[in-house]
Amino acid sequence: MSVLTTNYLTPTGREEAWRFTPIKRLHGLHDGSAIVGDRNSLVTKAGLPQGASFTRESLAPLAVSDDVIIERIRGEVSDVAHLSIDANAEIKEPIFLTRSAGALDSAELSRVRISLGTHAVATVIVENIGDTLLAEDLEISLAAGSSLTFVTLQEFDSKSVYTARHHAVVDKDATFKSITVTVGGDVVRILPTVEFTAPGASAELLGVYFATTGQFFEHRMHVDHAVPNAKSRVNFKGALAGRDAHTVWIGDVLIRAVAEGTDTYELNRNLLLTDGARADSVPNLEIETGEIVGAGHASTTGRFDDEQLFYLMSRGITLENARRLVVRGFFNEIITEIGNEEVQERLMERIDGELERAGA
Amino acid sequence: MSVLEIRGLQVSVDTENGSVEILKGVDLTIKSGETHAIMGPNGSGKSTLAYSIAGHPKYTITGGSVTLDGADVLDMTVDERAKAGLFLAMQYPVEVPGVSVSNFLRTAATALRGEAPKLRTWVAEVKGAMEALNMDPSFATRNVNEGFSGGEKKRHEIMQLELLKPKMAILDETDSGLDVDALRIVSEGVNRAKANNDLGVLLITHYTRILKYIKPDFVHVFANGKIVEEGGPDLADKLEANGYADYVSK
Repeated sequence: MSVLTTNYLTPTGREEAWRFTPIKRLHGLHDGSAIVGDRNSLVTKAGLPQGASFTRESLAPLAVSDDVIIERIRGEVSDVAHLSIDANAEIKEPIFLTRSAGALDSAELSRVRISLGTHAVATVIVENIGDTLLAEDLEISLAAGSSLTFVTLQEFDSKSVYTARHHAVVDKDATFKSITVTVGGDVVRILPTVEFTAPGASAELLGVYFATTGQFFEHRMHVDHAVPNAKSRVNFKGALAGRDAHTVWIGDVLIRAVAEGTDTYELNRNLLLTDGARADSVPNLEIETGEIVGAGHASTTGRFDDEQLFYLMSRGITLENARRLVVRGFFNEIITEIGNEEVQERLMERIDGELERAGA
Repeated sequence: MSVLEIRGLQVSVDTENGSVEILKGVDLTIKSGETHAIMGPNGSGKSTLAYSIAGHPKYTITGGSVTLDGADVLDMTVDERAKAGLFLAMQYPVEVPGVSVSNFLRTAATALRGEAPKLRTWVAEVKGAMEALNMDPSFATRNVNEGFSGGEKKRHEIMQLELLKPKMAILDETDSGLDVDALRIVSEGVNRAKANNDLGVLLITHYTRILKYIKPDFVHVFANGKIVEEGGPDLADKLEANGYADYVSK
């Protein structure tokens, strides 16, 4: 056990990047007061397919970060859990990484790397489960022509605190697709960020979150178009139910002057299922060149549609089941993108359970 | 034998200018196997009658009663009305994003039958119902009413009528937006439901053309929130010839 060093700037909550986050509930992950436990909880769930390896090794970070927690992790941890996919490997079945152990009396600082060689194709599903205090620096490297579907499931129990940056570096003609699902935990703060390093790269950031009574879930995207002819899509859908359920979605997309031919669109939709919940949604598109294919954003926040409920109930379906159907339907568009029936059904059942628990 | 009895029904809606009375005392009795056509000009309150019986929250009942086999329909929730045997085929069926037709139908059938239908027989049942209405099998995987054409929406409504087997069906302008072929297919569906389930039908329409396919036993002329004339099928012919002018000017 060691105590985090404190020679980093500690956020006060007034900074732009921290203004929504309830930093008092971070158990000292942000200010260095957290007791750090010695655990590397991330393990492979089953045997690895040919062309994939999972090791622990010392790796330098792929990219700089201005996030104070990420800086702390890098200061403390050199050992990186590294899932590597060989060049040209085409792995059809998803590779599952899961958490083997958690604890609430100490924090885990985790560094993870997922790297794909040139023209590799893979799906990686990371399951975050149990109760834990976890701060994670997760970096993804996609070599030229590779394709990754990265699914990250925050299925924590109710006391977990998870702060993370999921940063993808996408090379020429590589395709990155992420599906971020957050349905559990007390405080979850994820920075899904992408940088393109060569033309022809594309990224699709999809996500769903469902916060119930008292939960705080923040997803703060950043997509950096620093090269020409890259494409990005962001689509996050959230539902909220119960008192003081709070979600934050920030969609920062930067199109730099050199990034001609950029094509980007970002969308965030929120469904407020009860009173007393709050959804913050801030799309932010910064464009430094006019020579682009397209750039747009949309953000909506709505409530249950009475006409939908009436239609379903007029076919004998109870109000409770009608609401469940509508919420499942709302999330379905994104959840089905995971492409794994077992995971999809498990998530839908979790969503049903959350809905019931919140009494919405 | 079932009886839907509407007595002195008065209904109002809330508008920006306060409460406005739409139905001003409607009396109507429909028995199993009977087909009643309600015809009237736009804005006469025909759809309000349909939605009030189904229990749409927008409408406030200010007087009268609706009973099905003696049970107080107005005291029931929307789903309870369906369980009691009422069905409303809507003029504008609602889109439910992300919910497939097959999931929706199975959920509805489970609710109405009290248990989930056995998967094997159910699949055959749905397939048969879709074929009977000339619907492509891919229909089952689409989201409820999302991106449906006008004709597809109406076929979907009548497919539900055939699958869910209510005692009484209210068809709200089911003929609107249908071409001749679709009108015939949809009408045949209604006629099958009548023949198979001894269905009572309240057919709301603006035009007489659907009555060539679905033969009414009774025709009621609706104007200004109530029934102003009643008769047999020949009344429809009179309306076809003279229009509604006689009734709206009164």
